[in-house]
Amino acid sequence: MSALLVIDRLSVRYDSRDVLRALSLEVRGGEIVALMGPSGVGKSTALRAVAALQPFDDGRIVVDGFALAPGPVPPESRLVPLRRRVGLVFQAHALFAHLTALDNVTLALRHVLGQSRSDAEAVATKLLASLDVGARAAAWPSQLSGGEAQRVAIARALAPNPPLLLMDEPTAALDPARRGALGTTLRHLSTQGRGLLIATHDTEFARGHADRVVQLTV
Amino acid sequence: MIAARTLGVTGLALCLSTTLGAQGASRRELVWGGDAEGGAPFVEADPANPSRVRGFDVEVAERIARGLGGSRGGPRTARFVQVQWSNLDQSVERGDFTLGLSGVEDTPVRRARHAVTIPYFEFREVLAVRPEDAGRIHGLADLRGRRVATLGATIAYDLLVAARDSTGLIPLSYDDDVHPYADLARGRVDAVLLDHIIAQRALRRGGGSAFVIVAQPVALGHYVGVLARADSALRDSVDAVLREAMRDGSLEQIFRRWDVWDPSQGALFDRVLRTNRAATAAGAARAISAIAYLPSLAGAAGVTALVSLLSMMLAVIVGLGLASSRVYGPVWLRAATTVYIELIRGTPLLLQLFVIYYGLAGVVRLPAFLAAVLALGLNYAAYEAEIYRGALEAVPRPQLEAARTLGLSELQILRLVRGPQALRFALAPMTNDFVALLKDSSLVSVITVVELTKETAIYATNVGSWVVPGALCAAIYLAMSLPLARLARRLEHRWRPAA
Repeated sequence: MSALLVIDRLSVRYDSRDVLRALSLEVRGGEIVALMGPSGVGKSTALRAVAALQPFDDGRIVVDGFALAPGPVPPESRLVPLRRRVGLVFQAHALFAHLTALDNVTLALRHVLGQSRSDAEAVATKLLASLDVGARAAAWPSQLSGGEAQRVAIARALAPNPPLLLMDEPTAALDPARRGALGTTLRHLSTQGRGLLIATHDTEFARGHADRVVQLTV
Repeated sequence: MIAARTLGVTGLALCLSTTLGAQGASRRELVWGGDAEGGAPFVEADPANPSRVRGFDVEVAERIARGLGGSRGGPRTARFVQVQWSNLDQSVERGDFTLGLSGVEDTPVRRARHAVTIPYFEFREVLAVRPEDAGRIHGLADLRGRRVATLGATIAYDLLVAARDSTGLIPLSYDDDVHPYADLARGRVDAVLLDHIIAQRALRRGGGSAFVIVAQPVALGHYVGVLARADSALRDSVDAVLREAMRDGSLEQIFRRWDVWDPSQGALFDRVLRTNRAATAAGAARAISAIAYLPSLAGAAGVTALVSLLSMMLAVIVGLGLASSRVYGPVWLRAATTVYIELIRGTPLLLQLFVIYYGLAGVVRLPAFLAAVLALGLNYAAYEAEIYRGALEAVPRPQLEAARTLGLSELQILRLVRGPQALRFALAPMTNDFVALLKDSSLVSVITVVELTKETAIYATNVGSWVVPGALCAAIYLAMSLPLARLARRLEHRWRPAA
């Protein structure tokens, strides 16, 4: 199977300091890859570069045939194919505070994919239920626990059905029982054919649930 | 009477003397109050020495002081204190000065509330109209449906309000007696009703051809001196001096010097000298109850609410445009909006009102109400813009990035994510601004829009006290602003779910 994500010699510099130097990795469909390393080593930077939230200085990123080149981030109008291919779950979830859990998930379905409200809500309800937070659909983000908020954030990123899912430090706010449950969830997602790239410094989680580990060093 | 505030040149010495007031007066002084913004021939700052005043009322005051004599013999000297014309009655009762003289009109209410002298000058309320209307307009009855301007809180204003009901004219109240004539020439009003001295002065100022004074006066009135109610004994002495000045010709000389003498003054003097006291005290004062004023206060409160509401709508719309220009616009647009915002925030609203209503009159003749809404709206738009900009920038960046990764366009992000969240940050300061605007709307009375504060001032002048009108006015403002604050708190609460 060809790679969903190819990162080839990716380098990012801030003020002539190397944040990432020549990172190369691949993620295939159905595969969970853990990007490991201590804090500040550039794990989040790599994810942000793949999601075109920040520019990179050297190398190449190809997501399911869509290539990003070094230099400034292209305007959103040229990133539409990328947005369909990549979902990103932020470390702090970044749920929209003015929308309920359900509306967080339906937002992209309705306004990007153009689904009707009822269609979008049917998809979102199913998605939330599959992630075990169906009962919290009407809750506001501030009423959710850390684990619930993370599941809603995963549901939101999965709603447009991207083949590649990026997650930034997903276990940071979870107790051991929840970490195990998250691992099961991620495995379930990968068996549907998705590729997952997970930035984490949680060695135990990575060893227990990832198919491959890519180690970053300072 | 008072001329344009903007034209008034009153020296520092005048201001200082006001603060000293009558309390600091020696027995050898007569402290008298007047408004130097009224201008010649009543009272004006002397162009040769602006710390001094001159005018026929100044000389009448000096004549009275000389005639009164001091407690240890010898004449008193007159000392002037500057008081806003509409506040003379309140101020004399407070003891700021002993005698008020400045084209003070003889009215039943004034006689009932204060110690008022015999009349010393007879004026005619005359209509001024544009030359082309001179053949058609001969009195108030010819002004059905027309706009007629005058100075607020005067006999002339009362005449117009009475005529509104009988002949259907539209009275307009100004804060000064210069702009009514300017607006007559511009066509904003169809006639001006004021004292003949003021009309003639305006005619000379306009070169003698700007308008025509209708020969037949609408009414007669008299200028008097006003003293505190408790000073009736002193008032009797002042009356004696005035009678003496009428008999010995010194009053006539003063009026001739200021070119305001005419035969009707001689006739007035004869009448006053024949009768014993208070020749023209026209009956008992009307009983003025608060209830009689409630409908007009309610109407004025409606104007305040409407001006505020429309201004705020304009401010929100323009403010949103300015804020988005500042956050999303190209460099030149950001610079232009910054200049606008700083210009508006850095200059007084009062000045902006004058510029929009009077300053632009040569280019575009805006109706007063529209000018008021425009000035208030454009002014508050600058403040709103800064609130919205701050609110837009306060939306956490990860939320915007999350929206981008979902594939929303910039416009969708603004509409669906950034805007709604910014609105919540903006709501409380917006409500504060709206309450402030509600109160700032009182400024629009300077361009003839009679709103709540102006109506209260007219009411207070008529009843001679600020206690009841002030309390009523405050109650109405609070009734409008408190629910707003409450509503905002509720909305904020609803939109910000419990943590």
